[in-house]
Amino acid sequence: MPPSDTRQNEEPQGVGGQSQGQPLIVFDDVVKRFGDLTVLDHLNFSVAPGERVTLIGPSGSGKTTILRLLMTLEKVTEGVIWVGDEPFSHMRRGGGQLTQASEGYLRERRKRIGMVFQQFNLFPNMTVRQNITEAPVHVLGTPKGEANARAEELLDLVGLGEKIDAHPTQLSGGQQQRVAIARALAMQPEILLLDEVTSALDPELVAGVLDVLREVAETTDITMLCVTHEMGFARDVSHRVLMFDQGRIAEEGSPEQIFGDPKEERTRSFLSSVLEKGH
Amino acid sequence: MWDFQWTLQILPDLMDGLAVTVQITVLGYLIALVLGLLIAIVRRAPFVGAVLHAAMEFVRTTPLLIQVVFVFLLAPAYISPMTVGIVVIGVHYAAYTAEVYRSGIEGVAKGQWEAARALSLPARRTWGAIVLPQAIRKVIPALGNYLIATFKDTPLLIAIGVGELLTEAQQIGSASFRVVEVYTVVGFLFLLVSIPSAILLRRLERRYAAV
Repeated sequence: MPPSDTRQNEEPQGVGGQSQGQPLIVFDDVVKRFGDLTVLDHLNFSVAPGERVTLIGPSGSGKTTILRLLMTLEKVTEGVIWVGDEPFSHMRRGGGQLTQASEGYLRERRKRIGMVFQQFNLFPNMTVRQNITEAPVHVLGTPKGEANARAEELLDLVGLGEKIDAHPTQLSGGQQQRVAIARALAMQPEILLLDEVTSALDPELVAGVLDVLREVAETTDITMLCVTHEMGFARDVSHRVLMFDQGRIAEEGSPEQIFGDPKEERTRSFLSSVLEKGH
Repeated sequence: MWDFQWTLQILPDLMDGLAVTVQITVLGYLIALVLGLLIAIVRRAPFVGAVLHAAMEFVRTTPLLIQVVFVFLLAPAYISPMTVGIVVIGVHYAAYTAEVYRSGIEGVAKGQWEAARALSLPARRTWGAIVLPQAIRKVIPALGNYLIATFKDTPLLIAIGVGELLTEAQQIGSASFRVVEVYTVVGFLFLLVSIPSAILLRRLERRYAAV
């Protein structure tokens, strides 16, 4: 059940402020700077539970930084990120004041978020099985047998059941990325972040990975944030598309509207440049 | 004139010295391996790391011989020269192995840390199951070279009277004046240990480079 495609940037709920149709993720006036460079410039947006959002835009527009902030690989400079009813980039102190989240708090909160990276980042010293079971066993405390069974199921889902005892170096890029997807899903995340997951792949391997993700999108209600240049995939899978430019949302709308009838000149020129590259 | 008969007679004493040398080498090297690893990890901490780094620089830039004599003179009498020798050699080489480990740790791709973080792995697993296995594999050849270096430095302990190979040789030599035989045998005994070690290390190297 896709949520409404025409959501506007909502005012984030203040501390204690609750509203119907509670968003799962809220960026509340988030600023991210690296030195003098402002990557995200007072960004406000929210994502509903189960919603699949694609982030597009020229490189350097801040899309990937959004995912990295959610994965706590970066810290916000200003503003607050909320996940569920609770602050995520920050934590509550006595009296409801927010303070920078501690490492322990972040470790607890980010368990519900999974990420698939452009460069796969599988652990090369482990087999495929170990890659997938490592976190369930050592983070969630899942019994080994159960984690193994789940790993087998997930590998079947991504079409690599027979590779369970292979090492990542023995797999093609596309296979590695499918294992990485299985590894992220093994943690049963509520939110899945996909960071240009096909950009490092040879063209003939892209389809296999996208098929797996389509399947995940259709068969689960995982909330997905997806940075991609695969416009066909974005159109098929996402409920909403956000076009970024210079750390701000230049335009947002349904995939039909953004790809079919973009209002902003920046969106139009971006889309035509991507299409020219043959994507 | 080379006297084979006599050479055979002194061999048992020299073998005792060699046994001590090997013992010092193995124990000192184990200290260097473990302590160096701890130092390499702790060095990443902001303040303690800087202090540790300065201390290691100090150890690396002063001669081992002076460190051995200095610690020996300061150490309480109930600590044996052998123990002093093992510990000083261990700490000295830890300063080197720490750098080797550090380069290995820095060689682990940033994406590995990020993937571990994305999976919420605790620090213990991130280091123990992901970073160190990859880092150490890469530096095994470099670490191996320090085993041989440690072995070759043990004769310095003659300065504090540890009964290792060179001390034995010197005693026999000064009692008999047959220095050619004695030191030739000592040289061969060193080769007897270091050549097989070097071959073994090269094998290890090849094995770990392959994967």
